[in-house]
Amino acid sequence: MQERQALSARRIDHDLLGFVLHTPLWFWIAAGVLGLLVSAFVGSVGLLVLFGLQLLGYTNVQYWTIFITHFVFWVGISHAGVMISAILRLTQAEWRRPITRCAEVLAIFSLITAAMFPLIHTGRLWRTAYWAFPYDFTRGIWPDVRSALIWDPSAIVTYLTGTALFVFVDLLPDLAVARDRSTGLRHHVYRALALGFHGSARQWRLQLTAGILLSALILPVFVSVHSIVAWDFAMAIQPGWHSTILAPYFVIGAVHSGVAAVVTTMIILRRFLHLDKYITLQHFDTIGRLQLVVWFGYLFFFLMDFYFGLFARDPVEVSIWELRLTQPPTNILLFIQVLTALIIPLPFWFSRRCRRNVSLMFWLSISVNVGMFLERYILVVTPLSVKQPFVYTWSPPYQPQVIEYVITIGSFALASFGLLLFAKVFPIIPLWDVKEGQVNSQEVQVGRREVPAAIHD
Amino acid sequence: MADETGAVLGLFERPDDVAAALDRLRAAGFTGHDLAVLTDSPYPEGAFGEEPVRHRLYVFPFVGAACGFAVGLLLTIATQFSFPLVTGGKPILSIPPMINVLYEGTMLGALIFTFLGALFESRLPDFRPTPYDPRITEGYLGVLVRRTAGHADEARAALRAAGAFDVVPPPSAREEAPRALAAQR
Repeated sequence: MQERQALSARRIDHDLLGFVLHTPLWFWIAAGVLGLLVSAFVGSVGLLVLFGLQLLGYTNVQYWTIFITHFVFWVGISHAGVMISAILRLTQAEWRRPITRCAEVLAIFSLITAAMFPLIHTGRLWRTAYWAFPYDFTRGIWPDVRSALIWDPSAIVTYLTGTALFVFVDLLPDLAVARDRSTGLRHHVYRALALGFHGSARQWRLQLTAGILLSALILPVFVSVHSIVAWDFAMAIQPGWHSTILAPYFVIGAVHSGVAAVVTTMIILRRFLHLDKYITLQHFDTIGRLQLVVWFGYLFFFLMDFYFGLFARDPVEVSIWELRLTQPPTNILLFIQVLTALIIPLPFWFSRRCRRNVSLMFWLSISVNVGMFLERYILVVTPLSVKQPFVYTWSPPYQPQVIEYVITIGSFALASFGLLLFAKVFPIIPLWDVKEGQVNSQEVQVGRREVPAAIHD
Repeated sequence: MADETGAVLGLFERPDDVAAALDRLRAAGFTGHDLAVLTDSPYPEGAFGEEPVRHRLYVFPFVGAACGFAVGLLLTIATQFSFPLVTGGKPILSIPPMINVLYEGTMLGALIFTFLGALFESRLPDFRPTPYDPRITEGYLGVLVRRTAGHADEARAALRAAGAFDVVPPPSAREEAPRALAAQR
């Protein structure tokens, strides 16, 4: 059963455009803090460009480290946004309405953050363009499509473009509302962006059809992108990475962390933009059930990754698992990963009361992403460790340096800053979708019950 | 901005009145092509008795996919022949690794063409001056008579009779003057 209040169109506009048209004090504080952190991020990248990769904690054998971890992590975060939005649209689930745009926008900014890391990782960002994009007409050196690393840019460009178009199509009617409610320069900007949308039956029909088509097209792209990210590793003949399990394991891991990130974002937006009437406890209840299902899928692939590692009895592969399970600090990180991504959330998600506890859901979502970040870290970094011959000790472990911590914090600030600015300029909850839900929620009599006309839960 | 088509917009509060307005306008001789219902959210198709929307948006993804595949094929083949580096003893033109780039190119083409198709079929961008009222995005329903061809008064009368609480634009001074003169006579 849907839990929602009857709201007038004017009330919906007032509530959901309030933050767009009026700026509270906290926005400036939040933007200032995030802006500072993003500046620190940019400054640190500048230092890397200036002084080179010597500032990082790379060792002779470990050179795919925290930046590649970030790349995998942020691509993962970007996934669930589009997945949730596209699946719920295709299935016409009623509860999708207030959360789809927030999930899609999170996907865009996560993906932008992710796409920066391979560039930062190479140290000479501008040269990466030669390596990835076919434009070098003078030297005769072209991207080698036989390398898995070249598949990535094609996948990310497709996914980012598709997601941005998906968001824009969905945003058009709301830009028309913003056009009608704003004045001055802002009115002119919204007017230009709304492209003259005025809500005719034809425009609505095309808008809905385009939404369905884009959803159907972007779902396979979502699966392909994280599979291709996994193949960056799996195509290399490197024990610990060279495994067929990696593609589905990455995809399900992406869904696990991405859904948690959507929950975190929803709760923050609900709290600061006063969206309690729109993002209700029912949403957290439903999404908690989804997390439970994803949890079981993730557990399966987590166990299979371990099993695949041992099954071949490759001595190097076995030794990598030995490192992960017995050698500090890797074994401590693995323990924290299992605890935070798997063990802690499970009992709470079984309970309806816990799923409806917003604070608890917030901390569980953070817990999942702490675990998932560690999972990516362990997966990326440990296979590059080498057990030295004859002395039987491991190569000196990679230790992140200060600049890597700053860039790590900065990356979270960057994605949050993007999301905050988007929410300031555009409505983060689709006005038209909520209004359509209100139209469809008119009740019909079934036996002795009054039930909403639309009951796709 | 002056509207040269003589278009008229009636504003309504209830969907039933909009359906009645369309019936009256058709009875007054306006065709479905001249009429449009403006709303702030999508209503079920045919809710106001309007004609079904015909479009060819479904064709666009296929055309886009074909274009994307062709560009991907050209790119992957051309770059491999332009930079003939033997990798691991594999042939210069190696098809299996092309599949990923071809797939992404195909999907990218389909996505872009779907987007462009949606704009094209929606007749957007459209910045031509037509009667519009911001109250439509406040929840009121609008019935737009696009071309009145000198029958603006009939359109206004039909909209008013069906329950429109406002009709925009109001009769202009040029339209009002002969009427006032006739009334004096």
